[in-house]
This record gives sequence, C-alpha cells and structure tokens, in this order.
Amino acid sequence: MQKITRDILVEKAVSLLENGTVCCVLGWKKGEFDYDVTPALFESKEEIEKDFVYDDFCGANFSKYLVKKTIKAEGKILVFLKPCDTYSFNQLLTEHRFDREKVYAIGIPCEGMADINKIRAIAGDGISEIKCGEKIVVDTIYGDKHEIDAKDVLLERCINCKSKKHVNYDELLGDEGEVIESNRFDEVARLEAMTPDERFAFWQNELSRCIRCNACRDVCPACTCEKCVFDNPKSGVENKAPANEFEEKMFHIIRAFHVAGRCTDCGECSRVCPQHIPLHLLNRKFIKDIDSFYGEYQAGAEVGSRAPLVNYTTNDLEPSEVFEGRGE
Amino acid sequence: MLKCSYDALNGIFAKIAENAKLYLPADKDGKTDYTKWAEGVEWSNALNTARSPKDFFFPQVEDLMKFKVEGKSIAIDDIREESEDFVVFGVRACDVRSFDILDRVFLIEPYDSYYASRREHGVIISCACTRPTETCFCKTFGIDCTNPGGDITVWRCEDALYWQANTEKGEKLLGTLGLESADESAVNAQKEQTARIMEKLPLAKLTTEGFGGGKTMELFNKPEWKSLSEACLGCGTCTFVCPTCQCYDVKDFNTGNEIIRYRCWDSCMYSDFTKMAHGNNRLSQVERFRQRFMHKLVYYPENNEGIFGCVGCGRCLAKCPISMNIVKVMKTIGGSAE
Repeated sequence: MQKITRDILVEKAVSLLENGTVCCVLGWKKGEFDYDVTPALFESKEEIEKDFVYDDFCGANFSKYLVKKTIKAEGKILVFLKPCDTYSFNQLLTEHRFDREKVYAIGIPCEGMADINKIRAIAGDGISEIKCGEKIVVDTIYGDKHEIDAKDVLLERCINCKSKKHVNYDELLGDEGEVIESNRFDEVARLEAMTPDERFAFWQNELSRCIRCNACRDVCPACTCEKCVFDNPKSGVENKAPANEFEEKMFHIIRAFHVAGRCTDCGECSRVCPQHIPLHLLNRKFIKDIDSFYGEYQAGAEVGSRAPLVNYTTNDLEPSEVFEGRGE
Repeated sequence: MLKCSYDALNGIFAKIAENAKLYLPADKDGKTDYTKWAEGVEWSNALNTARSPKDFFFPQVEDLMKFKVEGKSIAIDDIREESEDFVVFGVRACDVRSFDILDRVFLIEPYDSYYASRREHGVIISCACTRPTETCFCKTFGIDCTNPGGDITVWRCEDALYWQANTEKGEKLLGTLGLESADESAVNAQKEQTARIMEKLPLAKLTTEGFGGGKTMELFNKPEWKSLSEACLGCGTCTFVCPTCQCYDVKDFNTGNEIIRYRCWDSCMYSDFTKMAHGNNRLSQVERFRQRFMHKLVYYPENNEGIFGCVGCGRCLAKCPISMNIVKVMKTIGGSAE
C-alpha cells in the first residue's frame, strides 16, 4: 500500500496546471483492469480527475519520457518521481539528455510496487478486481477471494530496494527518504560462486527465451541513443532477430557493457521483459565490480558525477590486479 | 466422439510421437510454452502459452536460400526442404483461428512454399477452454472457445478427455489411437458451463462496432491516435507475442564465403519497418502505432471478407510494458460499449 494517496497527487497536479506553473502532467493512467496502468501525458483538469492513479501498480519510471517530451513541451512538464526514478532523472541530466528548466519534479514516496505475475500465481485466472490497501485484495470471476500481503508480491527490484531517498526534486510530498541497506548483490554473488560452466548454463537457459522485442532497451533510461546501432541498417550489426543463440547473448551483454557505470539499477529492464529474463543481474554484476574495483559508486546519486569507467585517477587498479582479483 | 482416461494419455502421446514430432504446452520455470514431448513431459494446466504457436508455421527466423558469387556468376543454392510431420497438441481456439488468418496471407499468390510445407505436414489438435481469464476476448471476433477448430478437438472433462476429428487429416490420426467411443453429454455440459463463464468476463461486451473494411478514411485521422500512442516505447513485444502478426523482413547475412538470405519477424513498431530506398513512410511512433491497429481492425478485414486480424488471445494485454493494447484502442476509437 502506498503511503500517499492518489487524491493528494491529483490535487497537486490540478493546482500546478491551473496556476500555470506547468503545461502538462506526466502521470499514471487508469487501465482496463485494476493493474494495467499506462504512463500518460495529462493536459487538462478533467483528464486528471477522471483517470489519474497512484497505487501499487505504478511501476513505470517516467525519467526517460522527459527526453522526448521536453523537446515539444511549450512550458514545464510536471513529473512525479519515486525515489528510484530520481536516480535515472539525475543520470539523464548528467548526460545532458533533457533541459532541467522544462521540468517540475515532485518527489513522492514509494512503498514498493506489486508484481502482477506474482499476484496471478496466487490468485489464478480471471482477476476481476484488485484493491490495494493494507492487504492486496483480489477477486476473481470464479468467485475466489485472496487477501495478499503486499510484501509477498513485490517486484524483485522493490524487494531489493537500494534507496528511499529522493536525489532530485523541486518539491517533495512526504519525506526526502534515506539510502537503505539492501541485499541486491546476493544473487550476483550466487552466480559468481558458480563454475564458469554452471554460469554459462544459467545464462544460456535464461537468454534462450529472448524474443528480441527490445523492450528492455526501449524502456531503459540509460539507453537514449537517437539511433541504436541495432536499429541502424548502415551500422553493419543491425538485426531484428538472433541469427543464432550466441548472437542473442551478445546483444544483452553488449547492452550491459554500454550502460555500465551509467545504469542506476532502476530495474525497468526486468520489469518489462515479456519472457521474465532477469536482465538486471547483468547490470548489477557491473555495479558490484565497479564498487569493488574503484570504490562505491552509485550512478545518478548526484548530477555531474564522473563515473569511474570514464574517469582516471592515479589510484586506479591496473588491469592485471583486476584479473588477479577475480575469483576471490 | 471418442474418449480416453487421463491415465492412458501418456501412452497416447507416446503413440502419436512414434510417427511425428509432438509438441504440447508444458510448464518450465513458472512459464508455459510449447515443448517437444518426450517421456516425462507433462501437459500443462495453464490457459495458454507465453509464446503463440505461430512459430510452428512461421518461425521467428528461417533461412530462405544461399548464394555464392564467383567472378561474374552467382550460384543459387535452394535450401528448401520438405517439412517433417509434426503434431501440435492443446492449441486454444484463439490460436487455431490465427492459423486461418496467417493462411490468408501466406497461401494466396505469391504462394509461400516455406509456410505451406509446414502447414501440410502439421496436424493441429485443439483444446476447448474451461477457465478463460480476464484478458480473453475471443468472442468479440466470433470465436467459440468451447468449440475450437483444428484437425482434431479435445475437451478436458472431469471424467475423461474427449476427442473429435474435424478433418480428414484428423480422422487419419485419430483412427490410429485406439480410443473408445463415448456419448457427448459430458462435453455438452462443459460447453454450457464455459459459455456461462464467458458471459461474466470483463471484456464480454467488447464489440468490433466501428471497425472493419471501408473504415479507413473515418478512422485514419482520428485525433485519439496521438494520446493512445503517447507512451508507446516502440518495442516489438506486442507484435512478437501476437499469434497473427505476420510481417517479416528479408535480409542477407554475409558469412565471408557465401550469402545466406533469411527472413525474420519484423515489427511495425520499429523505426526501420518497411524502410526502402526512398526512406521510411512512417516517421513517427503515432504513425507506426496506428499502422498496427489499422492493419488488424480495418485493412485486414477489408481484404479478407470482413475477418478481423485479431483473435482476442490477450497476450498483448498481459505483456505490453506500458499496458497499452488493442482493447484500449477499440474502446477509445470505436463505438464499443463498456
């Protein structure tokens, strides 16, 4: 259950729209069911009052939308940011991907978002109603009723939430929040402890399901190239389908390298993957390595920070030390 | 009508698999997908598979031909092979209809021999639905999930599995399985029960009103396309999980000593979709987004006697990263009742 209610956000959005501070509002729009919330650009009080939602199904991170939406907007865009979204927001600012002056950011608290797949695994088919409250109450057309503890159906990234702190905002609704302890590297450590063959088999199994829909790339706030090499017929590596299994692995590994040091670990890649591939683990491996080789670094913690991979200090590890350090 | 007990099912699968590769929905790592049957593979209880069965006839990637260039001559290697016999078991009514939709694209002139060979050698055994889910809307497109088509249909009743052949191909296979004859009462009771559930589905009243052939001019310039596509990421999830999306790209892969010409699924959501020498005819995401839904709801029925290019399987509803889908489009653009 979210601590802040939809009504508070609606009131805030309407007042900022009506007093001319912002020209439109980037928010979550009610879906066909109780869980299929869609990101939307609201332009009127009526639209906001009718369709704006904020509940346990508002996982979408709006930061990346600002890259395109701020170009066309004729005034400021109001955006609601959960703590993890603010890290992506900062990282995009670090990379000069949008004009901060065209955004009015409101930090909102987040108690973790629900994973509809986990709810479905408990409630089964035919979900007719979901009420988010102290408990998530699910009704089905088959007459079943399930009361589920929200903690039991959190998205993976929320179970391993790294921070409740808002690192950028114009206004806060609720507390600024704190960076928190998480176990987000446990699964990476488990993979590191495997033999190379076991690890290869793990990724082979996971990545073999990839359908190359590019949802992971298209949702990723660190993937904002105007034209991705994989979409560019002139790049020589453009492809819409895996030519073989190995190539499929290469796509995800190349992408992980490309966002290394810039990935804030927002977890959108794994959230949207239609094949439920734990793509975030590739990124977390890089984050864990960067932390151990160069000292703790959190992408997006502040605007303008120099990521270790694009910086040089005389204390930097030599490649040989990195190599020798492996397997410890 | 014939029937078999659930205890006998494994033996029947083994018998089918003697003469053809058998694929059926099986659970793995919490997901369900068509899996090649072998001893120990269990038929899943899930409503449907994550991936649609269109891969069986129209795989995501397939090599079409190879050629070698030597000096001024080109040697073309026709690598086509006759498909082997196979059986797909447990296909739902929506997905069975999707094969008809694909047939109308691939089996008209110019006839697609790659697709046709698989169609000829494949036997479809469909399975009637008993527990539809909230994202189901096959009825909107006139599909009866209690009575799916295919070469053979099975009904999963409490006491036994009931079988009925619908085509000559189906008769032939069913004749080899040695099943006992049965009356239809259990099947009829199940059909009635499922029909009652269908009435209760949240999308039960969704209609195709306002869509169909001849609606291009009326719908093409609707202002609502902009807000509907506003948050679209331009990924290919909807098109790749869709059982009826049939667009593909043909590309050449240079291995260094020969060229492999292959085709792969394409997505109208992609920026280089149908890009040609003159450039791209859909430069914005609004245009790409509109293309997908106009194709399914207007262009396809216009060219195919009013048959819509969607089967209401609900995969895109479950999988779209931003939860935008054909139902939301139909309710916003068309005249569908709540």
